[in-house]
Amino acid sequence: MYSGINISQTDARPMYLQIMEQIRARIAAGDWAAGKELPSIRALAVALNVSVITIKRAYLDLESEGVIVTRHGKGSFVADVNGLAGELKDAELDKHLAEAADIGRQLGLTEDELAARLRRALKNLEKK
Amino acid sequence: MNDKHIEMRGVRKTYKFFTLDDLSLDLAPGEVMGFVGPNGAGKSTTLRLALGLIAPDAGEIRVMGHAMPDGQAAAKRDIGYVSGDMRLLPHATLGWHMDFVKSIYPEWDGGYAATLIKRFNLRPEQNARSLSLGEHVKATLLLALARRPRLLILDEPTTGLDPVARHEVISEFMDVLRDDNRSILFSSHNTVDVERISDRITFIDRGRIVDCSNKEDFLDRWRRIHVQLPAGTTLPSLPNIVGRVNDGQFITLTTNQFSEGLLALVGSHVRDVQRMNLEEIFVANVMHHREARGQ
Repeated sequence: MYSGINISQTDARPMYLQIMEQIRARIAAGDWAAGKELPSIRALAVALNVSVITIKRAYLDLESEGVIVTRHGKGSFVADVNGLAGELKDAELDKHLAEAADIGRQLGLTEDELAARLRRALKNLEKK
Repeated sequence: MNDKHIEMRGVRKTYKFFTLDDLSLDLAPGEVMGFVGPNGAGKSTTLRLALGLIAPDAGEIRVMGHAMPDGQAAAKRDIGYVSGDMRLLPHATLGWHMDFVKSIYPEWDGGYAATLIKRFNLRPEQNARSLSLGEHVKATLLLALARRPRLLILDEPTTGLDPVARHEVISEFMDVLRDDNRSILFSSHNTVDVERISDRITFIDRGRIVDCSNKEDFLDRWRRIHVQLPAGTTLPSLPNIVGRVNDGQFITLTTNQFSEGLLALVGSHVRDVQRMNLEEIFVANVMHHREARGQ
């Protein structure tokens, strides 16, 4: 049922981070809407063949990020926050921009050159 | 009320060339514990003590609420045990073995047994002698699982299995855990399997428990820190460093208590910080303890 979530043993990131990222992606994409109930910790552990403690860790961290809410005895739900999906996308954009800025600096690009590259990337998208 | 599935305290068992000493171990319902150690570390001896197959020279063992080994007859109803070196009767069929186990254990679940036969791709009419190694392991697991015991004790359950069979078997273990009143204690050399499905991990080496912790804590605490130290500079004294390798200006530090504070102490000389997988943690842990004990 949740076989779409994959864990790679060659990924250097720990398993709980891989799970968190794939859950965030589903929420950001709108596949998992606000209020949707997440599988129980034990059910997801069984489905992914991963220990209960790993899923627990992923849910706890998602909760402290405000992405999901856990109600004791009721389960975990996608947080009902306005614009949460947008916020997640926003955070993702910032992360990629930070990486781009870093590479730009390594290449010795000036601020204007980097901005020009971004404009070019936008133009290329429009052409498609 | 004691609701632990396994509780071992200060257990000792002495053989002529081997001593298991000061062994303490807990397993709670709903938990999977991976028991990891080199060959001859005392894994099988520990599991056999938990089963009541052998008696300790000192210490206390309680399993499913029963004191062992005295309460083993009562405890065994609730325990399923599978070991890689277990052998079925070569001239009897798998079906005969199933009937035999069913006649002893009234909890036998025929429907589940039939499901497992299908999932494991086994045939009841097959003679045990004609089973491949993988089929043999799956058959012994089926005989234990279909009794639906609350505690599964598995000694190297995946050794010798091909990747597909291993996947089938591990999925079945996890399926058991749907019920949060069941638990699994399993020993393995395969740290990939252990890392994946264990909630807690115990390392054992040369008859002693080296470390025991929640798996996520293990993975969080251990790190390798790569440092480049210009000639003429020295590192301040650092806490919680369990390994250090020098190679010219380059130093690799291994820590078992990683923190940002530790990183701050090393300061600008840090080149890179790496997480470690369970196998690397295991090896570093064992080497560190052997050194500390002067072996």
